[in-house]
Amino acid sequence: MTGAGFGIGRVRWNWLVAAAVLLAALPLVYETYTPTLLAIWALFALSLALMWGYAGILSFGHAAYFGLGAYAYAIASFNVGESTVPLLLAIIVPAVVAAIIGALMFYGRISDVYLGVMTLVVTLILNRFMNATAGDAYRIGNARLGGFNGIPAFPTLNVPGDPSMQVFGTAYYFVVIVCLIGAYLICRWILASSFGRILIGIRENELRMELLGYNVPAYKTAIFTVSGAMAGLAGCLFANWAEIVTPSVFSLGQTAEVLIWVIVGGLGTLIGPIIAAVVLGMLKLALGTQTLIDNSLVLGAILILVVLLIPRGFAPTFAAWRRRLAQVQVHRRQARGTRRRRVALQEANQ
Amino acid sequence: MSEPVVETQELAVRFGGVLAVDNVNFTLRERELRCLIGPNGAGKSTFFKSITGQIRGANLGGRVLIRGQDVSGWSTHKIVRLGIGIKTQVPSVMNGLTVAENLWLSANRTSGYDGADAVVEEILTDLELGGIARRLVGELAHGQRQLVEIGTVLANKPWLVLLDEPAAGLTNVETERLIAIIKRINQDATMIVVDHDMHFVRALDSLITVFHQGAILIEGRAEKVLSDPNVREVYLGSRA
Repeated sequence: MTGAGFGIGRVRWNWLVAAAVLLAALPLVYETYTPTLLAIWALFALSLALMWGYAGILSFGHAAYFGLGAYAYAIASFNVGESTVPLLLAIIVPAVVAAIIGALMFYGRISDVYLGVMTLVVTLILNRFMNATAGDAYRIGNARLGGFNGIPAFPTLNVPGDPSMQVFGTAYYFVVIVCLIGAYLICRWILASSFGRILIGIRENELRMELLGYNVPAYKTAIFTVSGAMAGLAGCLFANWAEIVTPSVFSLGQTAEVLIWVIVGGLGTLIGPIIAAVVLGMLKLALGTQTLIDNSLVLGAILILVVLLIPRGFAPTFAAWRRRLAQVQVHRRQARGTRRRRVALQEANQ
Repeated sequence: MSEPVVETQELAVRFGGVLAVDNVNFTLRERELRCLIGPNGAGKSTFFKSITGQIRGANLGGRVLIRGQDVSGWSTHKIVRLGIGIKTQVPSVMNGLTVAENLWLSANRTSGYDGADAVVEEILTDLELGGIARRLVGELAHGQRQLVEIGTVLANKPWLVLLDEPAAGLTNVETERLIAIIKRINQDATMIVVDHDMHFVRALDSLITVFHQGAILIEGRAEKVLSDPNVREVYLGSRA
């Protein structure tokens, strides 16, 4: 073995199974409405964590794909009636849009802050446009876009092939959890593959990867597309949870929140942003019930504190602590062994 | 005489009003080791970048042929895929990855996911990097980083190796080691080495092309080139 592991490690199946069992048992002791939303946010965070943490592509407008997924589902479900095709479209439409925008940016050699601005502008344009779609003129087939009020009361998820069997409540919670765990495993599979390792190389040094013969814009476009598709799925699940889609899915708040989840959870990890999305999401919901402090102020303060105190985020810092603790224990064991041997030697000499 | 493997025809690079490479006609043959020398600003590195696709578009004029194929305007990765290894002037390595990971990414493209580990082992042994295989490249000394970059170039299994200032910042011991490595690489690959360390260039014992103000001043063996009054004037600023 050459030691070329790229810091990915193996999937800890025992942890994953334990987490799955806990999540499966949750409905026995708690309602599923809030955990479903938290799991959707975790999926959204995962989509950005993969692209930003491993390929180094910072998008300030990831909400665009979340929102496109939500709108694509709502519009398609009004027109199709059954949810299977709309669900697929909610993944395909954001993926295609991400592929087009990604190709334009990466083949056009746009990077760093310019990329951030461009992605943000796309989200703002979508937000403005959707807000301006009130009136009968703005309809796609049977679906009225509804402007500021959005699209309410569209057919939600059903058992594939049977529109009369709606999936809601605890069953919907399980669908979302399966999507989250499935997306996590897909991310792990991507990172362990040659493609994932090349993305890590691109994050580290784009020029060197180009000089090694890799088509950097193609790889970046590909991961931008995958991430867009995953955000689209999260948006679709959100639409089904909320049973309404409004232009707020493209809002600055939405796009800022996912960035905060990834930063706080830790760049270059998948589990960190998932946990951060859940914890900060719970905090946001708790703060939403009071009027004393503004929600955004608290989230902003948390971001500043994390950037100042643990700039790498929680997951990498926690992993570093664990490694240091393990090293200390090894040293202690070695010192104890040396002491014991010395004492034994002294006793033998006496 | 063998066919040229690298050929430039009237190659010109212009940055605004400055002609950085001035209609250069250059030929390199199979298994040749060629050193490009010249003072700072002579156009060596610009010439190097223009044949590797790092400079292209409106700034570039003339033609670059690699094994008879016109690669003018090609992107760098496409040129590299012809079987070319490139080491840049400033070490371009992945600082956040280990030595083995840097080499693996290079080997992966040509040898595939399953074959890359064997190539990495080979390069680690060849360049005596085994002891630092698991260390982050960003933590290494400059000389080691230079060597890691050369390792990534070799792991790509190139037939044409282009090294820009490989001896820059190396100690005498490291330079001696590098000379031996370059001579070993040259047994299988055609090479261009850009440098201005005369001791290093002389030790490589190759044909030398001297650049001055973007154009080729003279070509020849070390003795001829270094005794040329024009070269001495370029380097020393007077007819010494």
